[in-house]
Amino acid sequence: MNLIGEKISYKPDEQFHLNDVSFNFKKGNLYTILGRTLSGKTTLLKTIAGLLNPDKGSISFEEKDFIKIPVWERNVAMVYQQFINYPHLNVYENITFPLEQRKLSPEQIKKDVDEALKTVGLVGFENRKIQELSGGQQQRVALARSLAKKAKILLLDEPLVNLDYKLREQLREEFKRIFSEGLSQDTILIYSTTDPQEVMELNGEVIVLDEGKVLQKGPAKEIFENPSNLKVAEISNDPPMNVLKGSKNSKNLNFENISLEIPNHFKNLEDRDYNFGIRASEIKLDENGEEFEIELAEISGSETLLHLKRGNSKIIALIEEVMNFKIHEKVKINFNANKFYAFGEDEKLVSSPYGGTNG
Amino acid sequence: MSKLYTFLKYFFITFWTVFVVAPFLWAVSTSFKDFQSVNSKVTYIPWLDFEPTLEGWRVLIKSPAKGGVDIVEPYFNSIFVTCTASLISIVLGTLAAYALSRFTFKAGFVRNNDITFFFISQRIMPPIVLSIPFFIFLSTIGLLDSLLGLVVVYIVLLMPIAVWIMVDFFNRVPKELDETALIDGCNPYQAFYKVVLPNSIPGLIVAGMFCIIFGWIDFFFAFILTFTEVQLLPVKVVALNSSITPWWSLSASALVSVAPLIIVAFIVERYLSKGNLSGALK
Repeated sequence: MNLIGEKISYKPDEQFHLNDVSFNFKKGNLYTILGRTLSGKTTLLKTIAGLLNPDKGSISFEEKDFIKIPVWERNVAMVYQQFINYPHLNVYENITFPLEQRKLSPEQIKKDVDEALKTVGLVGFENRKIQELSGGQQQRVALARSLAKKAKILLLDEPLVNLDYKLREQLREEFKRIFSEGLSQDTILIYSTTDPQEVMELNGEVIVLDEGKVLQKGPAKEIFENPSNLKVAEISNDPPMNVLKGSKNSKNLNFENISLEIPNHFKNLEDRDYNFGIRASEIKLDENGEEFEIELAEISGSETLLHLKRGNSKIIALIEEVMNFKIHEKVKINFNANKFYAFGEDEKLVSSPYGGTNG
Repeated sequence: MSKLYTFLKYFFITFWTVFVVAPFLWAVSTSFKDFQSVNSKVTYIPWLDFEPTLEGWRVLIKSPAKGGVDIVEPYFNSIFVTCTASLISIVLGTLAAYALSRFTFKAGFVRNNDITFFFISQRIMPPIVLSIPFFIFLSTIGLLDSLLGLVVVYIVLLMPIAVWIMVDFFNRVPKELDETALIDGCNPYQAFYKVVLPNSIPGLIVAGMFCIIFGWIDFFFAFILTFTEVQLLPVKVVALNSSITPWWSLSASALVSVAPLIIVAFIVERYLSKGNLSGALK
């Protein structure tokens, strides 16, 4: 009864948009697709919706060959990153549109629409024109239309990406509530995003996609704690995880003429060259630390992002207060060695602080 | 500075208004004059300068047997030919434009843009180049000097305008709008007429307006492809000019032939400012 995709490939031009993608989505679950822009997220969702036909592979749902069913008979719902609504209809008509298309009874339509409006918090906006609404409200209308349909598959393609910061935070909170209350156990919810924080907050099953290929699948916590390779570590962290080329010997971890004590989880590692990974938040300013040069300092909200350089290594440190720095100024920082990741030279995870692989 | 700007703004607006409206007023005034008032001296204001007469207007609806010119039949011919050709052009042109905007065509080296250019290229050629082929074509199928023949020729002239405007318009309607309609349970035809068309009304109006204008004002083909059976308004108006130029009836007929376009412009202007697509995509 699941939505199953097998070895789906889509290559309309020189490049793969989807490359051998397989999945098994179960009803009542939330799946997030994490990937950078142009990683194939939208293509995957459009393929599931039926707007694109893959060159190879199969999709089945409830034991039926999904690819043979045209879009308009699949009963999926989709919310785009652009706020797509029908501009010639008002809010109420926008939400009834798919229901009328399915020829439901007027009482049923009224009931479903009222319910959806309540869920997204747009009661009282029924007769407004779409053009009169703010971006966030427009996206709520699109979401309400998708919810009212009670589709078995609900696709959300970066629904928050075009909203401003504050609204995004607010709507993200509401999404969590809507997903837990407003959806039946019959629904498969697939949510795509570029934002690792969104993935962690929604806390579903994650598929990490890059250049049309699935890099890793698993629960959000697992992706965060044990990224299977460097790419995943970059994609699933914002700012991306820092990578330092270095080596381990019997006494120390060495990189850029810095020596660190070997943390516990590295005790069993072979002595050789590694790509060490460290999150920006695990780097602290420290008088007794190592000297780095500031290339750029950006203040975002209550945090300061420092782009630092030493030798051939460039890293980003996240300082949790607002500080002013001059460019090319030297700062001293300290690494939290207990949070180091080790990736092999093939970029695969060797050891993680959370017990991944041979930790 | 801003005072000077305001002054200049109103000055030029006033200047331009007078420039545009004066000939119309002149024509209105002339249409009520008789031979005497036109030829003796310059006169402007009825009853003061000259005695107004309806003769110029009466001639237009009198049959030629009674010394009139009877533009009633050409008038309705023109309305029929323009409206029919415009309507067919808009319907076919819109469908063609939608296909060109949404689907990818490949035939040898021909792509969507080449097809669009093919349509537009029909308007790039000077009409004189097309006149002989059209003449031979119509005479072969026996439609020379007939309303149907004119409708056919006008469709060829007007459809490129419709295609051109509508391709551009559809390209600006987000593809996601059609996709959402498909996802919401419309088949492709329903998506077109339930969602895309209602949101294309401004484009349809602009295209329709251009078709009507270009159809209505055409003199060249109306002149070449008709003789005695069928006459269109522009030809008839020009034909008024004989050895003695009847300025009064010429003015009157000019005014009645411009009237439909003015009415169309007023209706259209109201719709154009109303509709927009901003809600589809932000």
